[in-house]
Amino acid sequence: MKLSLGPLLYFWPLEDVRAFYREAAGWPVDTVYLGEVVCSKRRPPKLEDWLAIGEELADAGKEVVLSTLALIEAESELITLRKIVENGRFSVEANDWGAVRLCAKHDIPFTAGPHLNVYNQETLVLLAGLGAQRWVMPVELPRETLAAMQAGRPEGMETEVFAFGRMPLAFSARCFTARAHNLPKDDCQLRCIDYEDGLVMRSQDEQPFLTINGIQTQSDTTADLIAEIPDMQSLDVDVVRLSPQAHHMGHIAAVFHAVMAGELSPEAAVQKTTRLTAGTPCNGYWHGQAGMNWTAPDLEAVKE
Amino acid sequence: MNNKVELVCPAGSFPALRAAVDNGADAVYMGFRDGTNARNFPGLNFDERQARRGIEYARSKGTKVLLALNTYPQPQTWGTWTHAVDMAADLGVDALILADAGLMRYAATTHPDLRLHLSVQGSATSYEAIEFYREHFNIQRVVLPRVLSMPQVRRVLQNTRVEIEVFAFGSLCVMVEGRCYLSSYATGESPNTCGACSPAKSVEWSETSRGREVRLGGVLIDTYKPEESAGYPVLCKGRYLINDDLRYAMEEPTSLSVLDILPELVRMGVSAVKIEGRQRSPAYVAQVTRVMRQALDACQADPDSFVPRSDWIAALDKMAEGSTHTLGALERQWQ
Repeated sequence: MKLSLGPLLYFWPLEDVRAFYREAAGWPVDTVYLGEVVCSKRRPPKLEDWLAIGEELADAGKEVVLSTLALIEAESELITLRKIVENGRFSVEANDWGAVRLCAKHDIPFTAGPHLNVYNQETLVLLAGLGAQRWVMPVELPRETLAAMQAGRPEGMETEVFAFGRMPLAFSARCFTARAHNLPKDDCQLRCIDYEDGLVMRSQDEQPFLTINGIQTQSDTTADLIAEIPDMQSLDVDVVRLSPQAHHMGHIAAVFHAVMAGELSPEAAVQKTTRLTAGTPCNGYWHGQAGMNWTAPDLEAVKE
Repeated sequence: MNNKVELVCPAGSFPALRAAVDNGADAVYMGFRDGTNARNFPGLNFDERQARRGIEYARSKGTKVLLALNTYPQPQTWGTWTHAVDMAADLGVDALILADAGLMRYAATTHPDLRLHLSVQGSATSYEAIEFYREHFNIQRVVLPRVLSMPQVRRVLQNTRVEIEVFAFGSLCVMVEGRCYLSSYATGESPNTCGACSPAKSVEWSETSRGREVRLGGVLIDTYKPEESAGYPVLCKGRYLINDDLRYAMEEPTSLSVLDILPELVRMGVSAVKIEGRQRSPAYVAQVTRVMRQALDACQADPDSFVPRSDWIAALDKMAEGSTHTLGALERQWQ
């Protein structure tokens, strides 16, 4: 089982991005997804910057994958998409069917990203035929569906599960960060750079509920499936994804790695990681419930 | 001048279907009575017998029938969706509206002569994505997600020969359709998995000293003062706190209406305009269909001098969420 670092979903200053990945080069992650998935206005980093970061990570022995934009609207975004697909160096995570079309056309092996809506084997077989070598399960799907998918997945197809981080829940044409600042999207002043882990949206009774991240809406809670790693191992999950947050990522990666290597019990690990989440932890989707729910796994026994 | 633009109207029940047909729909769209379509609400939709009756009625008046199977099947229930595809083919619908790529593969392979439309739930926002579905499944039409501006819609039209259908009126999804899990995050059920957004069973109303509170899956999504009218509670149209500021953080209750830009859409070459609302009453369907029929006829007869009539606007606003309308993402300002 491998550990991956998903694409950075927030907009950080270029120097912070570089520093983050310089550190990541030393973390026990096997694969690093790079690139802008949320908003094409977030530059720098430009594609050239991502490629340079990718070279450093590759030198450190990481598998590097370039992730594509999830919501494509403008011609300029298609131009960038084509450049990513034809980069000639790193493989690609396709987050839209237009990206799938381009990868297939150029015979480029790809990862079917979490925004492609792969809900059944028929879709997975279709993607395998087009050159997909890995798929990332949509965050809203439960363990039960994963088990059924694993029972009939195409030969050679790797499965990746989003196991840590605030979950991407929706995309819009509208930028909610700009809206929060009473700015139109065309003059957003890149205000999302002020929110390293997104902007929290609370209910009227002061409960944190969602996280605004430009045109993307995320959960306020942070998915934490570290306690499910033995279960994922029994289901032959190939890759476990950690989605970057501003703090503690190296520590979180180390704890996940320790559990995967059998050096740390899941019960002990969950006590560590749940203290490091940007929002409160959740695992509801895994259990087939509302995504925001949290069922503390075997923690009662540990406390008693 | 362009070909005739088709008016596509919602049929959540037989009376609604009849209302659409009688008031000038060129096509109606319907779903089966289960989770295979994105309006899986109690008491709505058609079983096989009713579907046959509906299709017969529509055909007798020269109206086409489209069938929406636009949710995402999972392995455990795959057979329910393929059975629905087979049943639709057997019923002889004019087209299937599908979202899931795997189901589309099944339909294209099993029923190669069946006309396929890509649902708005398929989230195809660029011509590259649309061309993917055309090349692989020979789709004839795509319903565009409500995220593109007018120049972006034009760009799509110029780069694919797939027919383009756009939403003309009705409740406005703020998020890209087919890629929104807000509902399942709070309730466990989403449009993709269950055909339900903010399912009624997860909604709780309560009168408190602060006002009338509405919760979804236990989350407080809005509080209404006595004089405020409350619509159906969906997460994206609630009032929340951001940086201590209470506001409609995503969107206020409002409906999409393209009446003001109908001539541009017609000139641009869209093939069809769609009215949202299979969950709405037959009276809504009758009224909105009647107004849009008149508007579309006037617009196609003489787009250069088309001006939306004030009685049309008033009639549509009366049917609109929040009694007000917007052009949504079609207008850059909204974004």
